[in-house]
Amino acid sequence: MAVDKETVRKVARLARIAESEERLEPLATQMNGILGWIEQLNEVDVEGVEAMASTVEMSLAMRDDQLQDGPTGGGQADSVVANAPNTEDHFFVVPKVVE
Amino acid sequence: MSSPTDLSLAELRDALKDKKLSSQEATQSYLDAIAAASQLNTFITVTGDKAMEMAKASDARIAKGEAGPIEGVPLGIKDLFCTKDTQTTAGSKILEGFHPKYESTVSSNLWRDGAVMLGKLNLDEFAMGSSNETSFFGPVVNPWRRAGDDAKLTPGGSSGGSSASVAARLCAGATATDTGGSIRQPAAFTGTVGVKPTYGRCSRWGVVAFASSLDQAGPITRDVRDAAIMLKSMAGYDQADSTSVDRSVPDYEAALGKSLKGLKIGVPKEYRVDGMPDEIEALWAQGVEWMKDAGAEIVDISLPLTKYALPVYYIVAPAEASSNLARYDGVKYGYRASDYSDVLSMYENTRAEGFGEEVKRRILIGTYVLSAGYYDAYYLRAQKVRKKIFDEFSSAFDKVDLILTPSAPSAAFGLGEKNADPVQMYLNDVFTVTANLAGIPGASVPSGVDKDGLPLGLQLLARPFDEETLFTGMHALEKAANFAAHPDQWWG
Repeated sequence: MAVDKETVRKVARLARIAESEERLEPLATQMNGILGWIEQLNEVDVEGVEAMASTVEMSLAMRDDQLQDGPTGGGQADSVVANAPNTEDHFFVVPKVVE
Repeated sequence: MSSPTDLSLAELRDALKDKKLSSQEATQSYLDAIAAASQLNTFITVTGDKAMEMAKASDARIAKGEAGPIEGVPLGIKDLFCTKDTQTTAGSKILEGFHPKYESTVSSNLWRDGAVMLGKLNLDEFAMGSSNETSFFGPVVNPWRRAGDDAKLTPGGSSGGSSASVAARLCAGATATDTGGSIRQPAAFTGTVGVKPTYGRCSRWGVVAFASSLDQAGPITRDVRDAAIMLKSMAGYDQADSTSVDRSVPDYEAALGKSLKGLKIGVPKEYRVDGMPDEIEALWAQGVEWMKDAGAEIVDISLPLTKYALPVYYIVAPAEASSNLARYDGVKYGYRASDYSDVLSMYENTRAEGFGEEVKRRILIGTYVLSAGYYDAYYLRAQKVRKKIFDEFSSAFDKVDLILTPSAPSAAFGLGEKNADPVQMYLNDVFTVTANLAGIPGASVPSGVDKDGLPLGLQLLARPFDEETLFTGMHALEKAANFAAHPDQWWG
């Protein structure tokens, strides 16, 4: 499953990272180095083994559907936009997305 | 008393409580030491005014008899913990200038117990690295140097600012985080104690996320008692973190000094790698003898899946990171590129300019292993091997109470020495990463020095939520090793 230049281009687009044309080849080489080393996992018999996403075995806690107090609560529009690069009246400003 | 900075966290806590010195005196001493140690590059942000303000409030509480458990003790905070209105960068350009409007649960817990914040500590960008060299703010320099050699060494990573600050006595203790070894490897490289608790023990809320199923906060301190004190304050259930576990926090300090009689300690033969110095092998054998002398029964065990842990990690961690780091898009906070033509190029240029090379590499790997056609072959397979590693540890802990291994396959190496090949850098975490995959607690205790006089650590691993037995073992190891070396002050 060797990664080529076109795969890197596609993955970089999916990851929303601009990569210049001349970076694609070196990145493919690096990714192949890492993925080649990872291939050794194919030696492990995983037949019938369940996939483990977390070591904490619990169902997520439920809470009443109401506004929380404190930093996870509502009414904090000023704080929400405080660190944004560009805002207007509590809105995030981005380049035009709808023609 | 020479300087308040020479006191351990426990000694300082007691001296403050007994009013032998004030928190303002101790805090000023630390701020002076930090100012004189800029060559080490351990702090990204020093919060001097805030520190003195907090120290003054601590002194007032001590005077009124309302002191908390660590009242007035000055600490360093890894710059991955959000601190309200204090810049939090995660070591990345993309978060430069980010001033959170909230405080992480772990740091809140420390302030609740009376601690004073000295500032924010340097780290690998988004905690991705083993040498602190991926930080946008430059590498941290290890206060330790090889005997008769001025070469700059890494303090380990990702918690390099934490480990170096504690070793150089620039704070009484430091918070850190460990996703694949980022507390224990830096501790081993700097002659300090580092504890990665059980997954779920410390809240992740307000900690900048790297790989959410592996990330866990813990302390780096000068000795084992200090780590017990700090972890007690940091740990605890938090509703805001859905994987936080609702269990009471024991008094870890009470576990120190207990006998090892009746405890079984496993020694896994697989914790060896090609090219590992004989000194580390010898130190490990010495550690086994120390544990035996302290009354423990030694049991040879086998953990044959050990060598697959790093490859599993380098699928699971980048996969989770690629998802977690999707939030850095130049819209809500942090850096936004100035040159773009539409929203897509705004995202792409922001992320290209805002992230460093290692972070981009891991996002690409993570995106690739999660992409259509490769998900089963890589991600799903890695999660299955992870389950087998988890089961392997569970079976081992049916037979033993603790596991003893080396902390890292080498002593601290030179800055720039291992940057050429990512996989060579990744191998630093070969002994530590297993605990993250299995969710179990682990700690590094300074246990000896190599031929160049550099510190070496031994690692202990324990059952989930059995940090008390872990601390009992760590304390016995510390006592037997009697590690007293510390770096000569060449900086400042």
